[in-house]
Amino acid sequence: MDTLEIIKPENKVYGKPRLMNDNPMHYCPGCSHGVVHKLIAEVVDDMGMAEKTIGIAPVGCAVFAYNYIDIDWIEAAHGRAPAVATAAKRLNPDKMVFSYQGDGDLAAIGTAETIHACNRGENIVIVFINNAIYGMTGGQMAPTTLLGMKTSTCPYGRNEHLNGYPLKISDLLVQLEGTCLVTRETVHTAAAIKKAKKMLRKGFENSMNGKGTSVIEFVSTCASGWKMTPDQSNKWMMENMVPMYPLGILKDK
Amino acid sequence: MAKIKGAVVIDKDRCKGCDLCVVACPADVLILGQEVNGKGYNYAQVANSDECIGCANCGYVCPDGCITVYKVKL
Repeated sequence: MDTLEIIKPENKVYGKPRLMNDNPMHYCPGCSHGVVHKLIAEVVDDMGMAEKTIGIAPVGCAVFAYNYIDIDWIEAAHGRAPAVATAAKRLNPDKMVFSYQGDGDLAAIGTAETIHACNRGENIVIVFINNAIYGMTGGQMAPTTLLGMKTSTCPYGRNEHLNGYPLKISDLLVQLEGTCLVTRETVHTAAAIKKAKKMLRKGFENSMNGKGTSVIEFVSTCASGWKMTPDQSNKWMMENMVPMYPLGILKDK
Repeated sequence: MAKIKGAVVIDKDRCKGCDLCVVACPADVLILGQEVNGKGYNYAQVANSDECIGCANCGYVCPDGCITVYKVKL
């Protein structure tokens, strides 16, 4: 059968999500952010909540998230996305509210907001992109940077005596009564992406059912910051990041 | 046995040539070509369209949503 005969709308099995617009994304080639954006667009559309979803954009690489997904967005100050999400959800309980944050935003400057929002059990979803580096500002050390990992502010590798240990913030959030779902996913293969999508959907459903805060951590890559190709960085992530940040459901109640 | 045949369409202007789809493809259908698009990236191209099984792995891993996948059962 000719290829042109296959390319018909009724045979389509996969394409760009409807809620994702045509703006060219500013992310570097191979960045995990793009895949997570696609998953959010798909889940929100599948749930029929496109008109009722409010995203809270962070400061960091994903600061322009509002340019790419056609839902309502609020831009928060650095690290304050869970606080803004709290306000948005409390004032609009019928809306689905999520914050989208990187590790520099959520685990460094926004630690207090994150922990207190989770401890209050706000009915929001926190999408946490953990790539162990500050990508936007040029690859500086983040709280989540692995021991021995080289960044522009620890060029000889992270040293626990000088810089402390990597912060496993999702494991801290598991201890809080307010969280209902804490899970760690990756988006490096099609199978992992399908699994991550299920967890994302579960988190969004929890928020609408008033069960508490859902934290979906994505262990991600930063090909530019790590100075590797996208494929190499996926392999590096599985070899080095995943042993430190084990995948799977950490809490589900 | 039912045979499955797929087809991939790549939005070459949106592609950033990250190579993830080429790595994800189990049937070696895609390659990064020598030509560059408007942004200067070597965009992904379909080299072996006959081998495509329509698994959509390339579409799932594409961070920029450049890939549309079609599938038919023959």
